[in-house]
Amino acid sequence: MSLQSRHLLGLDGVPKQDIELILDTAVSFKEVLERPIKKVPPLQGKTIANLFFESSTRTRISFELAERRLSADVVSFAAAGSSVSKGETLKDTARNIEAMKIDMVVIRHASAGAAHFLSRVVKANVLNAGDGAHEHPTQALLDMFTLREKYGTLKGLRVCIVGDVLHSRVARSNIFGLTTMGVEVSLCGPATLMPRHIEQLGVRVFNTLDDVIPSVDVLNVLRVQLERQQGGFFPSLREYHRFFGVTKERVDRAGRAITIMHPGPINRDVELSADLADGEHSVILEQVTNGVAVRMAALYLLGTSSK
Amino acid sequence: MKRAKIIDATTFSRTVNRVVHEILERNKVAEQLALVGIRNRGQFLARRLAAKIKEMENIDVPVGILDITLYRDDLHGRLDQPKLQSSEILFDISGKVIVLVDDVLFTGRTVRSALNALMDIGRPALIQLLVLIDRGHRELPIKADFIGKSVPTAIQQEVQVMMTDVDEEDAVYLNDAELREVKP
Repeated sequence: MSLQSRHLLGLDGVPKQDIELILDTAVSFKEVLERPIKKVPPLQGKTIANLFFESSTRTRISFELAERRLSADVVSFAAAGSSVSKGETLKDTARNIEAMKIDMVVIRHASAGAAHFLSRVVKANVLNAGDGAHEHPTQALLDMFTLREKYGTLKGLRVCIVGDVLHSRVARSNIFGLTTMGVEVSLCGPATLMPRHIEQLGVRVFNTLDDVIPSVDVLNVLRVQLERQQGGFFPSLREYHRFFGVTKERVDRAGRAITIMHPGPINRDVELSADLADGEHSVILEQVTNGVAVRMAALYLLGTSSK
Repeated sequence: MKRAKIIDATTFSRTVNRVVHEILERNKVAEQLALVGIRNRGQFLARRLAAKIKEMENIDVPVGILDITLYRDDLHGRLDQPKLQSSEILFDISGKVIVLVDDVLFTGRTVRSALNALMDIGRPALIQLLVLIDRGHRELPIKADFIGKSVPTAIQQEVQVMMTDVDEEDAVYLNDAELREVKP
């Protein structure tokens, strides 16, 4: 039982059995994380470099924790204060890493395709921790893990991804992964933030929350990327909240429990109201816990594979 | 093509009874006892032993399951990755007398992995090793405390333990090389 690829660059084209293998393996790692000693030895002697060319707290810490708990040696690097700020190209950075005998690379980069590029120029296994607005596979895997844990199976589940789909790598990876697993996926957000022809990925698109909420089990609420809102995609945060903010009032109208997910960090009372984020149907903190287990699974499967 | 049944159902159950007597003889205070079976057949064997102890002494001995995959020394470079499963040890092993249970003792590498895995979970007062079959060919200095049967084997032979929990019968077979299946 091995993954087909020696890299985890995205979920586009990843077969169902590979996703299942990662999720099943993560169940075992979740058990490890509940032990008093949370460290296990399978990646002993392996060196992993975390290259974060774009700022990140949660994902970086989650990856680092996962790597250390698998007993790997970890070197982390943030773009600020590194040779990148001195103008080094990605290719040169990669070659230098190669020269230092690194076994695995976790990369976060503002440009879509950075992880793919890296996987072609280095021998190490590459894990994509987010590339531009393209993919963020481990986030989607942990979302799927959390849902599978809660519902027992993914097949037939109805998930709506709400918000800025245009800039969201989380949304893309979720769409690829969820549709592969037989989940009914819908999207809802302002027309300006909805990629054209996204329906071709096998999803339904809605422009009003009230149209979609009655027919879903799960709302995965995307962060309004405040840093990307210079483009005039919507008039104001207040207006965004009024039309696309997921609030208790809106969700209650469905008349049944709807699971609330968010990849974090939350802009409270912008895309998601605080009472829902902290409410009984929110699995936001479970997502964070599961993130470590899922990343351990991906690192373990790639790191011990003979491919 | 040779396949010899070296233990049949009757002998299997008598062997289990005998090793249970040995465990109880060696560990006079059964209250501190706990059984930990190594996946996969070891867990079923551990359950059998616990049921027998309950029958004889009316004591509930806790049973845990240990998955040693993460502790294997041959994880890297295998074409087929072993399937990772969870350990299920729902009691505190610290201070306990642990009887580690496996079906076959061969190179000793599985037991080495299991000992490391156990040490990462807690600090038992004592660990004893019970195996149904000791087939020799040790590669590490490891010795069992309780042995169902010692079977001299050639290194290319395979010892196949079958248990009704997962197989159609309780039995042990000695298979010659050409019969040996490639295990996942």
